[in-house]
Amino acid sequence: MTERRMLPLLPHGSGHLAPPQAFPRRAKVAVGDTQLRANIRRATHTIRDKRAHVVDEVDDWEELREAGRALKERVARHLPELLERFEQAATAAGATVHWARDAAEANRIVTELVRATGSDEVVKVKSMVTQEIELNDALERAGITAYETDLAELIVQLDRGEQSHILVPAIHYNRTEIREIFRREMPDTDDALTSDPAVLAEAARRHLRRKFLSTKVAVSGANFAVADTGTLVVLESEGNGRMCLTLPETLISVVGIEKIVPTFADLEVFLQLLPRSSTAERMNPYTSTWTGVREGDGPQDVHIVLLDNGRSATLADTVGRQALACIRCSACLNVCPVYERTGGIAYGSVYPGPIGAIISPQLTGVERNKSLPYASSLCGACYDVCPVKINIPEVLVHLRQTGVDGARERPSAERTAMRTLAWVMSDQRRYENALRAARTATGPIAGLLAGKRTPPGGPAGTLGHLPWPLSAWTVSRDAPLPARQSFRDWWRKTHGEAR
Amino acid sequence: MSTAREEIMTRLAIALRDVPADETADQVPVARDYRHAGESDPARLLDLLDERVSDYRAAVHRCTLDDLGATVTRLLTERGSGTLLVPHDVPEDWHAGYTGTVYRDSANFPYPLATLDETDSVLTGCAVAIAETGTLVLDSGLTQGRRAITLVPDHHICVVESEQVAATVPEALARLDGTRPLTFISGPSATSDIEFNRVEGVHGPRHLDVILLP
Amino acid sequence: MRIGLFVTCVNDLMYPGTGQAVVTILERLGHTVEFPAAQTCCGQMHANSGYRAEALPLVRRFVDVFEGYEAVVAPSGSCVAMVRDSYPRLAEGDAALSARVAELAPRVYELSELLVDVLGVTELGAVFPHRVTYHTTCHGLRMLRLGDRPERLLRNVSGIDLVELPAADECCGFGGTFAVKNPDVSTAMLADKVRHVLDTDAEVLAAADNSCLAHISGGLGRLRTGVRSVHYAEILAATDGTLPPRTEPAPAAPTATPTD
Repeated sequence: MTERRMLPLLPHGSGHLAPPQAFPRRAKVAVGDTQLRANIRRATHTIRDKRAHVVDEVDDWEELREAGRALKERVARHLPELLERFEQAATAAGATVHWARDAAEANRIVTELVRATGSDEVVKVKSMVTQEIELNDALERAGITAYETDLAELIVQLDRGEQSHILVPAIHYNRTEIREIFRREMPDTDDALTSDPAVLAEAARRHLRRKFLSTKVAVSGANFAVADTGTLVVLESEGNGRMCLTLPETLISVVGIEKIVPTFADLEVFLQLLPRSSTAERMNPYTSTWTGVREGDGPQDVHIVLLDNGRSATLADTVGRQALACIRCSACLNVCPVYERTGGIAYGSVYPGPIGAIISPQLTGVERNKSLPYASSLCGACYDVCPVKINIPEVLVHLRQTGVDGARERPSAERTAMRTLAWVMSDQRRYENALRAARTATGPIAGLLAGKRTPPGGPAGTLGHLPWPLSAWTVSRDAPLPARQSFRDWWRKTHGEAR
Repeated sequence: MSTAREEIMTRLAIALRDVPADETADQVPVARDYRHAGESDPARLLDLLDERVSDYRAAVHRCTLDDLGATVTRLLTERGSGTLLVPHDVPEDWHAGYTGTVYRDSANFPYPLATLDETDSVLTGCAVAIAETGTLVLDSGLTQGRRAITLVPDHHICVVESEQVAATVPEALARLDGTRPLTFISGPSATSDIEFNRVEGVHGPRHLDVILLP
Repeated sequence: MRIGLFVTCVNDLMYPGTGQAVVTILERLGHTVEFPAAQTCCGQMHANSGYRAEALPLVRRFVDVFEGYEAVVAPSGSCVAMVRDSYPRLAEGDAALSARVAELAPRVYELSELLVDVLGVTELGAVFPHRVTYHTTCHGLRMLRLGDRPERLLRNVSGIDLVELPAADECCGFGGTFAVKNPDVSTAMLADKVRHVLDTDAEVLAAADNSCLAHISGGLGRLRTGVRSVHYAEILAATDGTLPPRTEPAPAAPTATPTD
């Protein structure tokens, strides 16, 4: 940690990564949204049970998790040489590899590549990284229309809304709402359109069919990039990915530099971990791999944009770098009690939930993203389900510490309180005096503050209302009061002065 | 001014100062004590594949090579398919008896997308199948053709021969060439995007028939 | 066995009955319990809120106070998890402290670990004829992997009607400073926990952490549910079927007169 401060400052990333207001403020709004709460609760509970079932069926799950974690550590520690190997292999196979330091540079590269084809539209495979860099907006400014083809991304795009989940960005809509969006925004629909998911999927199929068959340029991300072979891998369900990866003449893939896996054989681990953790299936319906250009089969003009955008800065933190192991399965979102109550939009980043709370602040720098590391009760459910064993609670606490350390010079009531408390706790006499003071002062103070010690009708030994900042507690809970006799006083009375 | 590539490489070198200079990637330990092999009895393997493919609501059919033409013809007839596309190297026996129009697609004479879009069904083989996950893997090799032909038509019939079946994902990948374009297919096109409920049938073939040969 | 009791600061001040219960149980089993008076706080709130520098002296203090004991017991899953899981990280960079932490941490037990794993007892002769439900607090469940140890102990209590808490493994929403930094989400989580507790028709909610219980019972109390929250140690210590009366706040404040 001290090591880290000595390092030259590495540039952070930019894009859709930080909430415009602090998380608690946005969460307050989300928590009060009845429909949102019902939609997220239903969806997360559905997938939670399915995931548990399909993971329980694998008796070597822990061994797979450990292998996945270790492979990602290997990649992190040797990223430069693996990236070079990937570039070499992909180039030899006919792809053109580009490098982008940040979001703006990646957007510029993609825009120029699309312009060079003469096309003013692209079809897109669902890709987190292009949402991170806000590529669609950049293309639009250049007069290029991007068509999202993943069903969930399509729903969000048609509604001009925001993504709220890594795997299913439209998880905050229910079928009725989706039906309304389709009816409103999709030509060729009529009132016969029902909210049956199969009917809605069929409508999406008809809506995008001609686009797939006629668009000359596709943009994708990648789940994995194989260093040895220069191969890119995309896992998907609907076939929109295959359409985009196979039919257009030009394919541009934006790939975060952390997506590398060393060898093709290493995919044997991730192709088992990812589908079961994300869609809770033994295998997702479609996985495509491609290596450069293959004559007569698929796009003949293949580009790969390797993106940093804060990833090297993340890598510099020896505790936080494990976040780069994330394979974007979203299992941690689905089990997170905080995410379940707020949904993803409250996080203000394309990466919401527990993993987002450690990825987003690291990509942007904690200074620009102070509230997200605190958007967790540290319950640890995320760590338990993570297929690559990212210790999310550990990194959350570490990032809180980074934020606290970074603000050492600025005065803060919290810091003063923490320091005072630590000072008191560091000495037996101070501690015992404080215990005594707390017990003797509580009564009168409580009496003054609340006019009464026990809320009328409330349990004995509790307080109904406390002033700010403790009002944050008593807004919904009674507060406990110190006991008449501390434990140590009881001990002295019954056992004498020990030690 | 340095290029983006040089600058990123410099950043990474700074970020990884804690990694000893003489450490190689292979020295970072990766325990591979997960399962590599699975069921080895061919008959039980085929049963497992049958069960797992069926779980995705794809239709599985068992027949011998002698009955293959009749089985394919029956499936095409049941679906009312008037046009069938096959890679040029699929033996004619595979669809013997079928009386609809057959397009033979090849690298030299590829059909345009518009034709694929109007074609009712496509018939191919595969490179490898994975029993435990119910997955077919196509690698554009023999009897499989280019990727587009198994994607655009709405009905895909895929023939799997017993010796192509691997038990596990690791076994399957060991049989594949990572530099070929690979398509892993596990059931028909599907989505979980509405309330996390899986429904079959979006952009890829909505109907998948898998024929298992002993 | 000479056992050091780490009562925890929260229990010392707010829930002395829990510490008393631990002493009662262990002495009844014939063990010597010592309470080193120099103990204060494990530093969990500081560490989890990002105040590492402030937490470190408390880490040192804990090690100073407890390293002489064969076994250390604490009636708190989260404080024990702090010592076993977080202390090694906090001590990083101080080789001497790291070594002492590595030596001590494995001997610091949550009560049910000490009873079941170290002392090999699950039957404590307790009597508690009440309907009880048990909430598995997060740090006990996922960091210490307590499993069903506390429930095994509770199941052997004579007369107890132990009912399963739905979604027992879900966080109650306390999370230390989370409860005040994110009060709305915390309350939303609390609402579900309260609902699940009420669904069991239990008279008593038990758990291994009084801090989580303070949060849940704060909600149960606010809603006047009449459900009492208690550390499971106090049930294990009960031999006459009753709990000690709820601890009254200490001093002589004007007696509350519910007039409004």
